[in-house]
Order: sequence, then C-alpha cells, then structure tokens
Amino acid sequence: MTAVLPISAEPAAIPREEARPGRWRRMPAKAKVGAILLGLFVLAGIIGPLVAPYDPSFQNPSPALSLHGPYGAHLLGTTQSGQDVLSQLLVGIRLTLELAFIVGLVATVLAVIVGVTAAFLGGVWDEVLSLLTNVVLVIPALPLLIVLLGYFQTKGQTATILVLSLLSWPWGARVVRAQTLAIRNRDFIAAARETGEKTWRIIAWEIVPNEVSLIAASFVNTVLYAIGASVALAFIGVTNLNSWSLGTILYWAESQQALQLGAWWWFIPPGLAVALIGTGLVLLNTGIDELGNPRLRDAASASRIAGRWLPPANPTPVLGDVSQRRGRLAGFLHSFSRSSLLDETEGGRAR
Amino acid sequence: MPFIVRRLVFYLVAAWVALTINFFIPRAIPGNAVQNVMAKFPNLQPSAYKALEALLGVGHPGSLWSQYVSYLDEIFHFNFGTDVSQYPASVSSLLVQTLPWTITLVGVATVIAFLIGTALGIVAGWRHGGSLDRVLPGLMFLQAIPYFFFALILVELLAIKTQVFPSGQGYADGLIPGWHWDFISSALYHSVLPALTIVLTSIAGWMLQMRNVMITTTGEDYVIAAQAKGLPNRRVIYTYAARNALLPQLQGFGLAVGFVVSGAIVMEIVFGYPGIGLLLLNAVTSKDYPLMQAIFLVITFAVLLANLVVDMIIVVADPRARRREATS
Repeated sequence: MTAVLPISAEPAAIPREEARPGRWRRMPAKAKVGAILLGLFVLAGIIGPLVAPYDPSFQNPSPALSLHGPYGAHLLGTTQSGQDVLSQLLVGIRLTLELAFIVGLVATVLAVIVGVTAAFLGGVWDEVLSLLTNVVLVIPALPLLIVLLGYFQTKGQTATILVLSLLSWPWGARVVRAQTLAIRNRDFIAAARETGEKTWRIIAWEIVPNEVSLIAASFVNTVLYAIGASVALAFIGVTNLNSWSLGTILYWAESQQALQLGAWWWFIPPGLAVALIGTGLVLLNTGIDELGNPRLRDAASASRIAGRWLPPANPTPVLGDVSQRRGRLAGFLHSFSRSSLLDETEGGRAR
Repeated sequence: MPFIVRRLVFYLVAAWVALTINFFIPRAIPGNAVQNVMAKFPNLQPSAYKALEALLGVGHPGSLWSQYVSYLDEIFHFNFGTDVSQYPASVSSLLVQTLPWTITLVGVATVIAFLIGTALGIVAGWRHGGSLDRVLPGLMFLQAIPYFFFALILVELLAIKTQVFPSGQGYADGLIPGWHWDFISSALYHSVLPALTIVLTSIAGWMLQMRNVMITTTGEDYVIAAQAKGLPNRRVIYTYAARNALLPQLQGFGLAVGFVVSGAIVMEIVFGYPGIGLLLLNAVTSKDYPLMQAIFLVITFAVLLANLVVDMIIVVADPRARRREATS
C-alpha cells in the first residue's frame, strides 16, 4: 500500500459547481445523469411558481372541469374540484425542494460540527459525542416525527424543518468523524499546528476543505431523506395541508380517491416527480462515491485481463485511524459501541 | 464484560433517552394537551382526567422529578394508561392486538429483502461491470419511489384492475383471528402485497451496499491469494470475499431497521393493514396522545431489540468478535 490518501480532495467532487468542461467530461456517467435530472427539477422549482398557468388552489366551478383528463388548456388535467394539476405540481416542487434543501443544509452543518469536534478533540469528548450520535441514529425518526407533529397545533413548515434537521444529522456526523480521524494526524495538520494556527482555523481551512466530497455526499443523502420523510408526513396528513407540496398533492389525491376514479393524471405526476428527484439524488451520490473510490466505477475503468475484469489497483482510501490511543474513561465508553469490534487485536492485546 | 453485554448497556441507554424524550414532549409543547383531549371526548370520567394529567404532566401534580419517577414506574409496569378515543380500552391491550401484525409482516419482508439484495450484491460485486450493474439505475429508481406511492400503484394494478390480491386489511371480513387454517391462509394472502412493497423498494439498497463492499473486498490481497492458489471461484466468492464483506452489511442492517419500520408504518396506512402504523395514524388524527406516545415507545423498543439481535448475529458470524468475547 502506497499512501493513506484522503477521499478525493479536489473540489471537482461537487457536481453542480460550474466546472471546467474537462471536469464535466471526467465525471462518471451516473453523476451526469443525476445532476441533469436534479437540475431540471431545481429549475422547475425556481421558475415553477412564475410560469404556473393557474392559481393551484383556484377551484374552477365548471362541472365539465371536474376530473378532466389532460388536454390543451390543462396539460395535466384537473382535480375533482377543478384545480389545475400542473400548477399544483409546479408550485409543489418548489416547496418540497425548499424544505429538503434547508433540512439538508442545517443537518449537514450539524453533522460537520459534531463529527469534526468529536474527532478533533478526541478522548472522552469523542466518545460522548459518538454515543449521542449512535443513540439518535438508533431511535426511529419517523414515528418520533409523527408524534411531535401530532402535538403541534399549528403545523407550519418550520416545525417540520426543525424536527427533521434535528433527527437527520447522525449519518453525516459518523462519516465526517471517521474521515477527520484519518486526516487529523497527517503531516500538513501537524505543520499547521507548528506554525501556530488556531484550532478553529485548522478545522475551517485545513480539515473541512479536505472532506468536501464526503460532506457533499452527506448533504445529498440528507436531502434525499428529507424529501422522502416530508412527502410521507404530508401524505398521511400530519403537516400543513394548506400549502402545496408534492406530499400534499398526493394527500388530496388519495383522500379524494383519485386512483379509484381512474384519475391517473392527478396521482402519477407528483409521485413520479418524487421518484425522479430521488433517483437523481441517488445517481449523483453514487457518482460522488465513484469519484472518491475509483474501484467502484464501471467497466470503463476496469481493464480486461485474461478474460476477467480487473478493477484498478488499491486506491481505496483508508477511513478512520482505528487503533488510536484512548484514555481509560474514553476507552471504557468506546467499548460499548458496535465499532469497537473493528479495533480487533490491538485493543484485545492492550487489555 | 462481553461485547454483547456492553451492547445491551448501550441499548438500555438509548431506551432511556427515548423514554426521557417521550416524557418531555407533552410537557414542552405549549397548550394544554389534557384540555384538548377533554374537549374532544366529553364522555371521559374524572378518573381518566386524573390519569391523563399524570401521564401528560399537565396540571403539574408534584415536582418535575416526582412526575418523572412515577412516569418511569408506570412504564415499567407496562401501564400506558387508558386510551381516550377507544375508551375504556387500555393502551396496552390495543398495542398487543396490533403489534404481532407489524412485527410478522415487517420482519419477514425485511429479512427476505435483505437476503435477496445481499445475494444479488455478491454477484454484482464479483461480476463488476457485468449485466447486473446495468440494471442498477432501474433498481435505484425503484428505491427512490416513496413506499406508499409504490404501494398504491401495486394496489391499483394487482387488486383493483386485476383482482389477484385483496386491496387492503389484514384478513377477510367475517373471519375470527385464531390458529386455524382459514384465518392463517387469509392473513397470508392479504400480506402478499404489503410484503411485496417492502421487498421491492428496499432490495436495491441492500444490493448496492453489498456490491460496493464486495468490490472493495475482492481487491484485497487474501482474495487474490486464494485465486492464485487455484481455488474454485465458488469457494473464493463465498468463503473468502462474501463472508468478509457481509460484516459491514450486517452492521448496516442494524442501522436500517428503524428506517424500514418507518416506511412500513406509512405502507400499513395505505393498505389499511391492522398493524401499529395504522394505529399510530388513528391516534394522531384523533389527538389520542397517550396512545401516540406509547406507540412511539414500542416502535423504538422493537428497533432496539432488532439491533441487539443483529449484534448477536455479528458475534456468531465474526471470529474477531468471538475472540474479543474471549479476551475481554
């Protein structure tokens, strides 16, 4: 093994950044498709409410327009009460994406703060923060969300955002912590410390920039999760049903029996939108993964030798310096975590 | 202390955190929850009012600490209070009625999805770049479809358009639940669609994860050495590569249980399946706070228990864990 490299340090890992054409071409195909798919929906979210042909809540009283299939004036047909589905969709995409991106942002910031702090301070702090992370991770989020939102009298968007952000940071925190542990003891950090850099400066300028691809992946994952959770919550009717999001469209469609009435134009588009946004995010994430870990790439980067596809040789980054030294209290706390299994023999011998 | 005991302690801590969150939720939310409940259900007895106050902590009987202690005491005796929307049924009896449905359905479906997904992942990881890799984007799309939406489409296609399967509920009307074949076959028949929903939407996740770990493992020196020795491919794949790649997969399984359960809750609502998810929705819509909280606790405990089981499997499957068992 040659060197312990951090996962793809170059900022090319943020796919939606305006990159040089060369970089775009070097991106895995999956990431490109994902970025384009997601870009289309982000565009729809930005200009959607401006180009929506009707007011999504306007109920056309004309009986002919109740549950009318798609035609020229209503490209995606109408709902039972004569509302325009396309307009609802265009407005709804914005609200859903807005919520998901805010949750993604807040949760990722929390994840970075917790993850970096835990790994950088080490010792007891690390173990306490890891314990907290693991506990929040293991408590099922959706039931808790439903219960919390059940209590709120005014079910605004803010409540959902707040609760979702507070429950979705641990995944990211774990990954960031592991990566920070791997970077922490490398030479350039030691050099920065020797030159008298303050700790927060080392964290902000030396460590975090080296984790951009991981943080991006964690952000994408959280957005994905937030979309799924918020749509599900709206669908079962525990969030604000007066504003239009993809979930509330589905809620009204379901509660007014769109499928049973055969009104596929009312029901399929919002679900398909959620699925396509989700696919875009997953593809993007797989692409980011492949950037960081070339072994996962398709046959394009594997070479065929003697009839067998051989992946490129060992560029896998080593995550987490597991055999770090721990104090007695920290070691004791650590022994309760599932990952203590991976310490293997070092820990066993020390005992 | 053996590894498994330490894990048990960790889950106890997690359970305590969940209990404490559960204790503080009704107390932190502005507005008098008991008044809301009483306004909604005017036929409640004064004694029920007292019990509600103790459970939800409104009216502040005693200090916060004494409330907390009596709350823990009630929970330890599995006394979740009286249900308000289906008065005078006790919350525990409602839980006992619904929990087996969810556990059986979600448990079996999840294990099936895990096994199929992992098996596919092994093949996809080994034949990296092969035909299975090409269907990956399709599987990702399947995974990105919300559970409930997928469930609705399945109902539309397989229960309403072509009436192959029943469109909802746990068993046919008119049957009395019990250990007789009529009921069991009906229950099985009704659970096909819900199970199919869980399996189809979660397979891709397991497969992708296993594939990625498998690819990394295949590049390890010991796998190459095993191939160089001339061992048959089958042996290299299953005994050398897959067995080692399985451990991260198992750990991931533990973490994903909560996620699967969450999805299953919404799915139950679509199918009108008589499990705990439907009960939770009914509790939320009727503002039945005691029931809501009890369900949250029960689901959390179930997830913790499932994690403990996963840990036990890891200890059995992983020689390193057994070795630590012996040394520490």
